[in-house]
Amino acid sequence: MRLPDKIGTLEESISRISDGATVMIGGFGVPGTPFTLIRELVQQGPRDLTIIKNDANETDMGVDHLLVSGQVKRLITTHIGLNPRAIAMMNAGEIEVEFNAQGILAERIRAGGSGLGGILTDIGIDTELASGKQRVEVDGKSFILESALRADVALIHADRADPFGNLAYAATARNFNPLMAMAATHVIAEAETLVPLGDLHADDVHTPGPFVDDLVGLNELSEEYAVVQR
Amino acid sequence: MVARAAREIAPGMVVNLGIGLPTKVVDHLGPDFPVCLHTENGLAGIGPTCTPETADRNLIDAGGAYVSTIPGSAFFDSSVSFALVRSGRLDLTMLGAFEVSQNGDLANWKIPGKFSPGAGGGIELAQKARRVVVLTTHTDRIGNPKLKETCSLPITARGCVARIFTDMGVIDVTDQGFALVEIAEGISLPEIIDATGAPLALPAGDIPTF
Repeated sequence: MRLPDKIGTLEESISRISDGATVMIGGFGVPGTPFTLIRELVQQGPRDLTIIKNDANETDMGVDHLLVSGQVKRLITTHIGLNPRAIAMMNAGEIEVEFNAQGILAERIRAGGSGLGGILTDIGIDTELASGKQRVEVDGKSFILESALRADVALIHADRADPFGNLAYAATARNFNPLMAMAATHVIAEAETLVPLGDLHADDVHTPGPFVDDLVGLNELSEEYAVVQR
Repeated sequence: MVARAAREIAPGMVVNLGIGLPTKVVDHLGPDFPVCLHTENGLAGIGPTCTPETADRNLIDAGGAYVSTIPGSAFFDSSVSFALVRSGRLDLTMLGAFEVSQNGDLANWKIPGKFSPGAGGGIELAQKARRVVVLTTHTDRIGNPKLKETCSLPITARGCVARIFTDMGVIDVTDQGFALVEIAEGISLPEIIDATGAPLALPAGDIPTF
């Protein structure tokens, strides 16, 4: 037996994203953001997207290009403080923004990727984040019901990958990537290094290949991946 | 004040330092001090901050600063990172504040109409760390008290703050409200009482300075 090969082209992989799609994008700041996949998404131009991402990157980086091109209708996120354009567009009503507590966004995605309907939590229960959400009592304790999140497509950045789509992440570039890689109907991963089957040891795989549909090798890294000069 | 706050960290603790003033606390911990610093984006065991030349592009803290690892550091995903916070494994967090009420409510994430970037991981840190202390200036830029009877801004978490370190003093949040623990060198009692927006209980006897 031999494991299947999922290496494809950037253009073909991203062409699966259509108008109105919900797209999860990995990354926390620069580390783990799939800048090359995002650039191609801007290039191909589907509109009215719902983007699920921890943050909105910074000016002229990553998700910011999708804001400039007007492709984003809704952003489900935790913190957009480093992107003044995202805040301005939210305040002007040009995009809808839904804020989540960071670990709760992670758990909603994990639930969606695990075949679950939602999670029960007391995070934010006494704050405005809980308004409008269903309350559930369990053993005398109050929780709010947070629904699971799934997406049509997830865009993932890996450090290493083999042709079957086994993925490994580097340092703090892991963040939301392994969670989102489980929670979408179609999962596209870009990888800095493609290694032959067997070179990524079974013990070192962070995201198992069955979760990944398309794999894109990065021949070069654009400036966006580099250390941010502040 | 930051040096005084650093003494709040006991050997062996797992600690998360919030963005802003709290980040500077690390400068007052010795290189051999046994502590595990946690950051929300997936690292336990934060090492020294890097220069642009020594930075690893994949290794930042939750504030975006380039940091390093130390022997024994571990990386993990965002789900594991907050499992650590919510399950009671985080001994201490130090956070900034816009307002703290006398019953320990914390407001630090939103000023309606002016500042609303989202709370990030702040709600879980405030609600679930075993001990929450606040580092803040005693008053805002125009001199209004940040320590108040009730918060006027949206709450991050209720009743969570145990102790407040300011440029004027160290204040505990007790069942009876604010209680002065120590006063900063050069600050008089009337000054700190005047700058506090709620009753301030005084310790019996001499008030220690820092």
